[in-house]
Amino acid sequence: MAETRKISFTLNGEKREFSVLPDEHLLHLLRRSGCKGVKFGCGEGSCGTCTVIIDGRAEYSCILYAFQADGRDVRTIEGVGDFDKPHPFQEALVESSGVQCGYCTPGMVLSAKALLDQDPRPTEAKAREYMDGVLCRCTGYEKIWTAFRKVSGGGSDGR
Amino acid sequence: MAAREFNVVGKSVKKRDALALSLGKPMYVADFAPEDCLIAKVLWSPHAHARIKSIDVSAAEKMPGVAAVLYHGNVPRIPHTTAGQGFPEPSPYDTFMFDNKVRFVGDRVAAVAARTAEIAEAALEAIKVEYEVLEPVLSIDAALKEGSPVIHDEADASILIPVPYEPKKNVAARVAMKVGDLEKGLAEGDFRFDETYETQYGQHTPMEPHVTMAHLDSEDRLVILTSTQVPFHARRIAAQAIGVPVRKIRVIKPRIGGGFGAKQEVLIEDLVGMLALKARKPVLLEYTRAEEFISSRTRHPARVRIQTAVKKDGSITAIGMDVITNTGAYGSHALTVVCNCGSKVLPLYKTPNVLFNGTSVYTNLPVAGAYRGYGATQAAFGVEVNMDQMAEAIGMDPAELRLKNHIRGGEGSPVFAALGEGKEGVEQTIGSCELDKCIKLGAKEIGWRKRKPHTEKTGRLRRGLGMCTLMQGSSVPEIDMGAASIKMNDDGSFNLLMGATDLGTGSDTILAQIAAEALGTDIEKMLVYSSDTDLTPFDVGAYASSTTYLTGSAVQKAALKVRKQILEVGAALLGKPAAELDLKDSKVVAKDGSKELTFSQVALHALYGANQFQIGDMASHITHKSPPPFSAHFIEVEVDTLTGAVRVVKYVAAVDCGTAINPALAEGQTEGGVMNGICYALTEEYRFDAKGKTLNPSLLDYRLYSMRDMPEIKTILVPSYEKTGPYGAKSVSEICINGALPGISNAIYNAVGVRLRYPPFTREKVLKALAEKK
Repeated sequence: MAETRKISFTLNGEKREFSVLPDEHLLHLLRRSGCKGVKFGCGEGSCGTCTVIIDGRAEYSCILYAFQADGRDVRTIEGVGDFDKPHPFQEALVESSGVQCGYCTPGMVLSAKALLDQDPRPTEAKAREYMDGVLCRCTGYEKIWTAFRKVSGGGSDGR
Repeated sequence: MAAREFNVVGKSVKKRDALALSLGKPMYVADFAPEDCLIAKVLWSPHAHARIKSIDVSAAEKMPGVAAVLYHGNVPRIPHTTAGQGFPEPSPYDTFMFDNKVRFVGDRVAAVAARTAEIAEAALEAIKVEYEVLEPVLSIDAALKEGSPVIHDEADASILIPVPYEPKKNVAARVAMKVGDLEKGLAEGDFRFDETYETQYGQHTPMEPHVTMAHLDSEDRLVILTSTQVPFHARRIAAQAIGVPVRKIRVIKPRIGGGFGAKQEVLIEDLVGMLALKARKPVLLEYTRAEEFISSRTRHPARVRIQTAVKKDGSITAIGMDVITNTGAYGSHALTVVCNCGSKVLPLYKTPNVLFNGTSVYTNLPVAGAYRGYGATQAAFGVEVNMDQMAEAIGMDPAELRLKNHIRGGEGSPVFAALGEGKEGVEQTIGSCELDKCIKLGAKEIGWRKRKPHTEKTGRLRRGLGMCTLMQGSSVPEIDMGAASIKMNDDGSFNLLMGATDLGTGSDTILAQIAAEALGTDIEKMLVYSSDTDLTPFDVGAYASSTTYLTGSAVQKAALKVRKQILEVGAALLGKPAAELDLKDSKVVAKDGSKELTFSQVALHALYGANQFQIGDMASHITHKSPPPFSAHFIEVEVDTLTGAVRVVKYVAAVDCGTAINPALAEGQTEGGVMNGICYALTEEYRFDAKGKTLNPSLLDYRLYSMRDMPEIKTILVPSYEKTGPYGAKSVSEICINGALPGISNAIYNAVGVRLRYPPFTREKVLKALAEKK
């Protein structure tokens, strides 16, 4: 049995310590630490249901080792919005019927938040490229895109 | 009949779970696993076809942390089907929890439940298996060849219903029907066509792979929390496969991460249940993505031969359809999918002569099952490309040819009565049909009039327009049943309990809208709980485009019964006859406006006043028809003649789903189906090695479109009023997945003049076709 080691990182604004195995993935650590909104979808960094924000960037937690989060700032869906005050994109998704099964939704929200935090009015091309990392099989993306346009300045460069 | 105005129905109210889901609340199966939950892993067959000569699990059993090991030697041998269908299932009993034979790469050999995933995996490695490798059967042709190895040679495979089942010939299902005389009809046309189309393996890829957790409750009953479309069938079939009475099992479906048919399968509930029974601890099995591709379910690949003839005036004199589907190693949905190839496609166009033959064969490849579209996807492809060819041959606009020939309201088709789901069908005449309008509105939206023949196009990038028309059904008539119960609470709110299964489609929301409409209240007053075999009434589940139409009617009936009770209490309290009262804005109101009572006052009186009783009731519904939704799809593509790349520029889907109970959710169903169809047409396929092993079981190598790839999708809901449906509704979920294959093929032809009959339409295939044309 491999030995655990101690790491610490800021999880949703709170500095915390964790014991992790050397080969434990961040997804696994986050889920066992109570962040159930981080989803398993593929385990190979291709579907985006496990997306988290690390130091301001959207990342796949299923292909990062837990120790790679050491000393960094990690935000999961649990740290974005709540029933009384959802993030504007969460609200837009609900308003635009952009949520079907919901399994991809946290990943979509975190990708959008990471982008909007650094660029509140991204071009369409930039937005599509950034949101490219999360797959959805239910919606055909149409209503998710509608919701995104609502919170990103209405798609200033076109549709 | 035109659309009608309602208070709650027809409004795009917010999906009731949307905010919680976007906040990432713990709502899915794996989120409920307790900390001490055992993790299950499965040992899969490395061979496509082999007999297990010996298996030694003793080392695995002795490993610290291993709680249970299952294989064919220590579980009962009970033939069953994994197809989550009503009883008696129209799928063969050819599956066992474990068998001494494996029939595809990815078939079950053994399973372990252990303290951690790592221990479970180590235990699997410690299981010693000796195989006698048999010759694999890896194609439709190989399956049907005389003297081919028999995949299901076990003596105990059978089917419960009286239909042809010939496992010794590798035939899982056969069906046939005829009307008139195909040969005579073919001879009467001015142009004859005879082409074969072949569709590929595809996977549903729900974002949440299959996942099930089971534990024993305080009364020693097995509670199975599972990502399923069919909780009641899951309870029945898991009980059967495990060998315990149905009453020993409770199945609960929490939120699930998509289904699309893959979860109309009782795929792992038996296994997880058995492991929990043996370990007497909670057990969780989560499929990996690779397992989801290989050891879940797929779309039946199909070879479809279409023979037709058409007169110069556009009348179709005959349609012959010969379908052979590949059901893979087990016959799950084999018969019903092949039936649907005919029954959901052939009635669309009127012709006096129809011949349909369907066969489904076993192979040693991954197992097919239910997949949104359910045979119609495969068969509509050939028929709709053929329509395009006919139109070209007689010099008629393809939209015009459809307008001339499609079935209309008030008309029947002999196909309805001849082809059912495993038995004869149910005769029906079409109720609502606004396909004409769908065609006209879709054509306008895409700019159909500007369409030019491919011969007038030049340059490297060439655009083309293609179209197709579609029908599906709404539930399985005389077979499927849904039920709902409603009770009233102190504050005038209602609990709506249903067996129905919301896969993310929003059925919990739209069914609440139906109840609220009937009760004169609003959606916030409806507290919905669904899909729990202990607490909710029965429902067949979410499949066959049934929930809105079938369960929606049950909900409407239950709500109308409760409405009557509320009116009676109101009448007593207000001193007016019930006939002079109405329910409106959560109040009992006198029609003359003189008096009113809030629902809360009514409920408080019923619960605490005099002659107390629970206001509430239950209702069940079966259907006698399966009214088709109709749709016309118009697609613009751009073909790069240098690289062969096909890009969908714009996709228009005009849909007649009757009354759209929630238009935004109906659009969402359409857009999701369309996008899934586009990916299937352009990228999705399984690649196998020479021994039947899947080579691309990964979302890196099996490509789904992302937000970057999406074309402009335009949905046009064309209202009609289906008198037999709740507030005029029909189904919407499946139909729109069927249009991309033929519509894109037809658009590619219009762009560059090549007909593609073997999807996916990859660059290689387009370039090859272009080269052959020259």
